[in-house]
Amino acid sequence: MNLLLTFIQKAIGQGVAILFGATGEIVTEKSGNLNLGIPGIMYMGGIAGLMGAFFYENGTENPNGFVGFLIAIVCTLAASALGGLLYSFLTITLRANQNVVGLALTTFGVGFGNFFGGSISKLAGGVGQISVKTTAEAFRAQIPVLSEIPVVGDLLFSYGFLTYLSVVIALGMTYFLKRTRKGLNLRAIGEDPATADAAGINVSRYKYVATVTGAAIAGIGGLYFVMEYLGGTWSNNGFGDRGWLAIALVILALWNPANAIWGSFVFGGLYILYIYLPGLTRATQELCKMLPYVVTIVVLVITSKRNKQENQPPASLGEAYFREDR
Amino acid sequence: MSREVTVAKREPVVRMAKRDTISRGKAWGIRLIAVLLSLVTAAVVIVAITKQNPVEVYLGIVDGAVGTNRRAWVTIRETVVLLCIAIGLTPAFKMKFWNIGAEGQILMGGAATAALMIYAGDALPNWLLLIVIFIASAAAGMVWGLIPAIFKAKYNTNETLFTLMLNYVAMQVVTFCIVFWENPAGSNTVGIIGAAGQKGWFPPVLGITYGLNVILVAVLTVGIYIYMKYSKHGYEISVVGESQNTARYAGINVKRVIIRTMMLSGAICGFAGCLIVSGASHTISTSTAGGRGFTAIIVAWMSKFNPFAMILVSAFLVFMQQGSIQIASQFGLNENASDIITGILLFFLIGCEFFINYRLEFRKNRNA
Repeated sequence: MNLLLTFIQKAIGQGVAILFGATGEIVTEKSGNLNLGIPGIMYMGGIAGLMGAFFYENGTENPNGFVGFLIAIVCTLAASALGGLLYSFLTITLRANQNVVGLALTTFGVGFGNFFGGSISKLAGGVGQISVKTTAEAFRAQIPVLSEIPVVGDLLFSYGFLTYLSVVIALGMTYFLKRTRKGLNLRAIGEDPATADAAGINVSRYKYVATVTGAAIAGIGGLYFVMEYLGGTWSNNGFGDRGWLAIALVILALWNPANAIWGSFVFGGLYILYIYLPGLTRATQELCKMLPYVVTIVVLVITSKRNKQENQPPASLGEAYFREDR
Repeated sequence: MSREVTVAKREPVVRMAKRDTISRGKAWGIRLIAVLLSLVTAAVVIVAITKQNPVEVYLGIVDGAVGTNRRAWVTIRETVVLLCIAIGLTPAFKMKFWNIGAEGQILMGGAATAALMIYAGDALPNWLLLIVIFIASAAAGMVWGLIPAIFKAKYNTNETLFTLMLNYVAMQVVTFCIVFWENPAGSNTVGIIGAAGQKGWFPPVLGITYGLNVILVAVLTVGIYIYMKYSKHGYEISVVGESQNTARYAGINVKRVIIRTMMLSGAICGFAGCLIVSGASHTISTSTAGGRGFTAIIVAWMSKFNPFAMILVSAFLVFMQQGSIQIASQFGLNENASDIITGILLFFLIGCEFFINYRLEFRKNRNA
């Protein structure tokens, strides 16, 4: 029982970062942009928040957790939105190929994260690992009283603020996409930008806003990982392939952020299942780590085989739009 | 009357128009400007971080890339690997099949190579072993390319995400193998395979250590150029890439073309794994591919699939990467600095394609 409880807690802990990434990517993809730069953007968001908090904590005598918290979030949003803006400029204004720009952005972003994460303390004149305890504690703060209820408290109320934010954002985005006029416009652009353009929707503006917003949301996933999961420190390539899993989760969620919530917890569970399965040797553990990817592939094949209308990617996904090009 | 005036006033300052044609010289001129701008930007970034004289930084890059005979050969070796992967991706991309799975295909090819070096190293003479390695590595990569191709042909499964996921499956296959191959025990690394007898290593050709790498990839490059440009297969690939409906109408078996082309693409990427393991590092790890499968995509795309442009682009990128590794150690930064610089170069090179395809028209000054 206790083991199961820990497993669920850890699975959710793993899933939150992926959920942020997937929600951001869904919003982006609904505008017709396949942003493969999300893994890089998540690295950029993570390191920017960490650096902001680090310089704040190093610069003041008695760092306040709440101020550090705000600084970290602002830095993260700024850096990841900047990454999204770069992608938008290259793909929307300069009409470069989306896959190529996305991959270049991922190369850049991962390098950016590892470079600053690996050498920030050196650049700041210190030695060894950086750590931002005070700020991280603010991120890890649990809900008082409620988190002390046995079992239910552990299961539902034992997480930091960002975990709940991820669920709220995912639900909010589902509402936005399905129930608002602007969401409808955005979906129209993703399906057929020429028709949306003819209907008087400003295609470029929507694409820019959706991509930059999506990138900012994904960036918080990086911040979550650095602050709440790692506890305010950095390990090179520690974020690993979670960014790619976020893109895979978009498919599992069938382009609906609300589905991504449970999907992310399933992915999180599969990600750490090898620790909890008894009787695995070192070699079979490695095979067990394949599970999230294999499951994604299976889902991908099944959805493409069933070919249901409402479960398909946005029709213009991956294509640049140029009004005069028709 | 007044209405017309307001309309005229709304004309944007700049507007974009597609170019019909552009002379080759002008296109390369634009690219050259982009390269120069990217070098300036990269210099600004490096100077901001290291606070060194930018000229010294660039001299450091040149020194790191080609400063000594050995470094120059490493640069050539890495260029050849990147070129090989880009060549392998070309047929798939020409078909508009987004093979993002080169990383996985390289790893599988590399794993097959390492397996043969470990288990068959003493059983076969070196020349025979090498031939077996060539075939096995290509076969391993081919299987890894074949799987998504079958599903793409059958169910139109999204190949971008399928091949991407297979990369991580391949990575786990490699870590699985490392458990059995690790040397020394407990290190979780494979170490140099066959250091004593150099079994399964590429032999030096004409006294040049990496001669064989260069020769093999040169042959491959010319081969793929001819295959794409002059063979019936190559023609079918470009028709399928332009429009699957047209291809079907013309009586081309689209499914067969997709599967055949991905087998070829995967096989060449698998062979690149053998170039890395057998021809360079003589070991295997999850970072054997090291992101080169992704960089090669950009190389292939930017060269417009022209193999000879690919040589230039991959040489430039590797030159800068090797150079940045040098300045990173010189100024005590970590090795990821080279990824940042590569990223900056790529953004400029990707962005400049716009100015080759489109031209900007500025609003004419009516009062003049």
